[in-house]
Formats: sequence, structure tokens, C-alpha cells
Amino acid sequence: MSMPLIRVQDLHTSFFTDSGEVCAVNGVSFDLDHGEILGIVGESGSGKSVTAYSIMQILASTGKIVDGHIYYKGEDITQWKDKQMRDFRGKCCSIIFQDPMTSLNPVFTIGNQLIEAITLHTDKKGKEAKTRAAELLELVGINEPLRRLKQYPYELSGGMRQRVMIAMALACEPDILIADEPTTALDVTIQAQILELMQKLQKEMGMAVILVTHDLGVIASMCDNIIVMYGGRICERGTAHEIFYNPKHEYTKGLLRSIPNVTRMKEKLVPILGTPINMLNLPAGCSFCARCDNAMKICLTEKPEEISINENHKASCWMNIRDAVMAEGGNTDE
Amino acid sequence: MSDILLEVKDLKQHFPIRTGFFKKTPLKAVDGVSFTIGKGETLGLVGESGCGKTTVGRSILRLYEPTAGQVFFDGEEVTGHNIQAMRKKMQMVFQDPYSSLDPRMTVEDIIGEPLDVHNLYSNKKERREKILELMNYVGLNSEHATRYAHEFSGGQRQRIGIARALAVDPQFIVCDEPVSALDVSIQAQVINMFEELQEKLGVAYLFIAHDLLVVHHISKRIAVMYLGKIVELADADELNENPLHPYTQSLLSAVPIPDPDIARSRQRIVLEGDVPSPLHMPSGCPFRTRCQYATEQCALECPTLTDRGNGHLSACFNR
Ligand SMILES: Nc1ncnc2c1ncn2[C@@H]1O[C@H](COP(=O)(O)OP(=O)(O)OP(=O)(O)O)[C@@H](O)[C@H]1O
Ligand SMILES: Nc1ncnc2c1ncn2[C@@H]1O[C@H](COP(=O)(O)OP(=O)(O)OP(=O)(O)O)[C@@H](O)[C@H]1O
Ligand code: SF4
Ligand code: SF4
Ligand SMILES: [Mg+2]
Ligand SMILES: [Mg+2]
Repeated sequence: MSMPLIRVQDLHTSFFTDSGEVCAVNGVSFDLDHGEILGIVGESGSGKSVTAYSIMQILASTGKIVDGHIYYKGEDITQWKDKQMRDFRGKCCSIIFQDPMTSLNPVFTIGNQLIEAITLHTDKKGKEAKTRAAELLELVGINEPLRRLKQYPYELSGGMRQRVMIAMALACEPDILIADEPTTALDVTIQAQILELMQKLQKEMGMAVILVTHDLGVIASMCDNIIVMYGGRICERGTAHEIFYNPKHEYTKGLLRSIPNVTRMKEKLVPILGTPINMLNLPAGCSFCARCDNAMKICLTEKPEEISINENHKASCWMNIRDAVMAEGGNTDE
Repeated sequence: MSDILLEVKDLKQHFPIRTGFFKKTPLKAVDGVSFTIGKGETLGLVGESGCGKTTVGRSILRLYEPTAGQVFFDGEEVTGHNIQAMRKKMQMVFQDPYSSLDPRMTVEDIIGEPLDVHNLYSNKKERREKILELMNYVGLNSEHATRYAHEFSGGQRQRIGIARALAVDPQFIVCDEPVSALDVSIQAQVINMFEELQEKLGVAYLFIAHDLLVVHHISKRIAVMYLGKIVELADADELNENPLHPYTQSLLSAVPIPDPDIARSRQRIVLEGDVPSPLHMPSGCPFRTRCQYATEQCALECPTLTDRGNGHLSACFNR
């Protein structure tokens, strides 16, 4: 068996704040293979971004990986020195954020920034780097690239700025592209263009992509495999088909019931009741317990283990464990 | 008595923008918009960022003085003179529950303010009872009346905003992106609340949102805007099954569908280019710079909204 491109193993990431330790990620494990598109969905504050930032080690200064390992091609990068991590971020793994304005420097031209990224992370210099910059802009669908290189970020539309961000992220020809809500700030028609572009580039360059989003529609059309997060943990994972048509965790089921169903548009929505959990004060058992209609006694006190539903699908919910025990012919006289 | 509650006739909202030292150019944020909303009906309003949706809502409520056009409420024209009285019947809920409420005010004061403005109680006790009833209506715990707005979650704050809008017992509410800032799991609660209030109180909504699935779910009819104009208006199901205008077609085809089989088998109509600036509107049809069906006529004349049968309106020469 070969090693996956990225293996995250029992990751725990916390922020040490004035009000206490915020356990943002509590034991997350997953693999990312070459050329795979992995989607991460979940409640706001469930730890999606922190998981992604932990891989790149770009956490806020109060944040720290307190336990677990992250392997890149078999090497544990949590043990790497700053210099190695800088190389990792420059050459192996790139990230694009939700708001391109915060990551592009407003006082430098697009060309300055793109060429700098190229000279920093590849062995192209001077004229060669400039040619490459123009090539990259063309690749992400920006016309008249030579003129655009002379423009400043504010002179471009939101969709174009996001394309420039993608071009910057691709400058080092990374193995892994992390996209954190890459289209949330964009209109649907522009979003469609950017998603199409990402799919095309992913196919051509064979990168692996981690796509973080709260938009189930984006996930459904883009991802091979999906991770659903709640309260800093993975509550369910599987192929797009399994997650959407055969959800096995109560949060995932609730999430799918709470959005309009395309085939039964006028049907009443079924909301998830209650409010998101407080990460400062995590419950002992299943973190979804307080909002779950089917919670049982054991859910209050013990964390559900992750069990396999089938080879493409895993979930951490006591209901499945109970069902599995019953199916084994145990206690069926209820 | 007609069933029409609100009628908007050829509404225009042009903002003068300084484009040179001595030069001002009108930014045509809304440029000749007409529609009606029935009593207790929801009209959805969709379109790309900057197409003028919020401006339509604000102009109806005369938060801006409209450049041209008329708005009739229950047959009476809304003017600068009667707008105060009209605001008892028409209200607005804003997009951002974080910035639209003053965090230093208690819930009681926020909801009570419109009651004060319109003299809607005879004594303190009645005021308090009304506030608690409103909080109840929108599913807020009445014990929280004395808490400050900043102590509530986004979904709860949106409920406070809605309770405040309902305080004057309006017949019509402009809902400007009321769920966009909320987490998906909270959105359904707020959407259901809008629907239940409509069933109970018969309020009509102009529902503005960029999530087309949500708009389709909640609206009876939907209007699609592009660069300050309505390009298509039809019954919600009809619009989704049979979009006529090229812009609506591409807009709907771009909506990410949360269903892998449908999402992957669907043909997207990807639009080239960006929305032109409303300061430099193309001549003729506003969509022509991105339209694959554009002909010579489209650059010369602007198509008007015409009925293609059963109240399905579209503004296009060729489709
Ligand atoms: N710098 C920080 N200091 C303290 N807590 C933080 C910090 N950054 C994140 N957190 C907390 O960590 C948790 C996970 O945050 P994260 O940003 O990963 O959520 P998310 O799933 O990406 O949510 P969203 O969908 O809103 O982006 C949250 O409870 C958040 O409040
Ligand atoms: N007070 C104002 N002064 C000048 N221009 C304005 C003003 N309000 C809006 N505009 C401009 O009018 C146009 C329409 O804006 P509006 O806010 O109505 O769009 P919208 O459809 O609500 O967009 P969004 O989906 O981003 O909320 C935009 O070009 C905007 O920049
Ligand atoms: S483990 Fe229990 S509380 Fe958690 S989702 Fe399953 S049934 Fe609900
Ligand atoms: S009028 Fe012409 S440019 Fe406008 S939408 Fe129709 S075909 Fe396209
Ligand atoms: Mg995030
Ligand atoms: Mg708006």
C-alpha cells in the first residue's frame, strides 16, 4: 500500500484565549490522494478552516497543533522546521481564501505580485518569470494578460481578482490546492466560472484539492469525497453519493432537510433546532447531542466511535452502532 | 377591491456620481422597473450583485427620493407627504443582523421604538405586552427582553429585526437578504418563520436574496433583474422550468444544485465576461454584451417586458 499525498492523523488544534482553551479541532483524521477533490462541509465554527490552516501551519499566533500528525508523502510535517514549512507552502501546497482583497496587496500591481511569487518559488527569473506570469493569467481565463499585469487589484472585478488569486496559487505548481470558501463572495454566474476553472485546472495539472465550503450545492457538483464536520470533529465521511443519498449522521440528515429540495421545492423545510455549540465548553458525549431529535442516553456521556457503513462511507453516530448490534442478532426483542 | 397591494410603476433611481472635476454622470441603479405584489403574496427578486435589488426596496419605502416613477400602496400613491403614515403599513428587514441593530439597545427598546414613533400604545403596560407578544411571534424567549442585541446569535438577531418590523402590524415587508448572513442550519428556522407569519397575518413580501433555491422555495412569483431592469418575471415554478430570457437561463444553469446526480448531468451555460458598470450601460439591451443570441437590433433598441402568456413576462427580441 502506498502512502497518500496527505495523511492527517488525530489532529487536535487549539487556540489559547483569555477566556480559555478553544478546542477548534478535536481528533480529525483523513487521507488525501493524488488528484482527489475532497470537500469539507459543516456548521460555521465547526473547524473547517482551522483544519485546513493546520495543514499549512498558518494559524493565528494563539493557535497551536496540540496533538496529532500530518504526513506529506510519508513525512511528518508537524515536526518540520520553519524553513522546511516555508518551502512546503511555497512549492507543495497553496491556498486561496474567500476574500481575494485581503490576500492581494492593494499597493502593488498584479504583475509585481505574480512575478514575485514565481521568482520566489520556481527557478524562473526576469523576463522568463514575466512570460510565465502572463501565461498563468491566460490559463485562468484573463484576457489581455500583458495589460492586466500592469493593473492594481482594485481595478479588477471580484471574479477577476479571484482568478488572479488562483493564478498566484498555481505559480509554484503545487501538488495540493486548498480552497477555503473560494466562491462564497461571488455571484452565481461568476462562481460557476471559477468552479469550472478549478475543475479544468485540477484535471490538467493533476493537483489534489481540498475544497472548504458551507455550500452543499458546490460540494455536490465538485467533490469525489466529502467530510462533514461538527464541533471540531468529523461526524461523517464518504463519497458524494453516499453523503447525499444515504446520510448516516443526524447532523448531515438535518443539514440536507434544512435546504430546499430541488425535486420537491415547495415542501416545508425542517430546520435543525437550537444554536451552534460553544467550543469553549464541549459536551462529554456526541457534540450534536443538544440539537439531535434522536439523542439517546449514551449520546450524552460517550463519544460515538466512527464505524463503517460500507467501504465508501463512515459515520460517528450511536444510532448506527445500535443498528449494527441489533443486526448481528443481539438484542432484537424491543 | 382589487387583490393588488403594491404597484410599482416605471420606478427609476439614478445616483449622480462625480466622474470628473465638473462632471457628474447618473448611475442608473434602477432604470424603469414595474411590478405588482398581491395581498399576502411573496414576490422574489433575484439578480447579480449591484443590479439594483436593494435600491428597489429602499426606493419603495422612500429611503431614497425616487428619480422618477410611482409607487401605489392599496391604491394610494406613496409620496413624500404620506410616507410616515405609510411606514406603518410597509416595513423593511435588512441583510446584516450584525450591523442593522444597535448593539447597545435592549431587545425591548429595539422592538418598542416603532411603537413609540407611531404612538401604538396607551400605557407602559400595554407597550410591554405588545413587545412580549411580538417576541413570542418570532420565537424569541420573552425572558430575554432586557438583554442587549449583541448578546444574541445571528439567527436570533434576525428575529429581533423581524419583530421590530412587525411591531407596526404592516401589510408589506421588504426582506433584503434576510438569511444570507446566517448559517445554513439556522436559515431554515428563519425561512419557516416568514412563511408562518404570512399564513397567520397575511403579510406580503418582496423577498430579495441571491440564493435562488431559497427564493424559489418561498416565492409565488419571481422577478429577475439585470443592470437596473427587470428582464423576466413569472410564476416561480414556471420560471424555473421554462426560463425564456437568455440571462435567466444562464443564471439558473449556474445555480449549484445540492444533488450530485442532477448537478453532474446538468449543462451549464457559462457566461463570458463581467457585468458592465452601471455608469457605462451598453446601448439597447443591457444584456447584449454577454448574450449569445444578440443581433444588430439588440444594440439599437431596448426590449420591453412583454407577456408571453399566463403572465410570464420577458424582455428580449429573440427569445
Ligand atoms: N484565532 C482564533 N482565536 C480563537 N478561536 C478561534 C480562532 N480562529 C478560530 N477559532 C475558533 O475555532 C473554531 C473553528 O473555527 P473555523 O474558522 O475553523 O470554523 P469554520 O468551520 O471554518 O467556520 P466558517 O464556516 O464560519 O468559516 C471556532 O469556534 C472559532 O471561533
Ligand atoms: N446611495 C448610493 N449612491 C450611489 N450609488 C449607489 C447607492 N446605492 C447603490 N448604488 C449603486 O447602485 C447599484 C445598485 O446597488 P444595489 O445595492 O441596489 O444592488 P443590489 O442588487 O442590492 O446588490 P447586492 O446583491 O450586492 O446587494 C450599484 O452599482 C451600487 O453601487
Ligand atoms: S450520536 Fe446520538 S446525539 Fe449524536 S447524532 Fe447520533 S443519535 Fe444524535
Ligand atoms: S434582446 Fe438581444 S441581447 Fe438582449 S437578451 Fe435578447 S437576444 Fe440577448
Ligand atoms: Mg472557515
Ligand atoms: Mg443588496
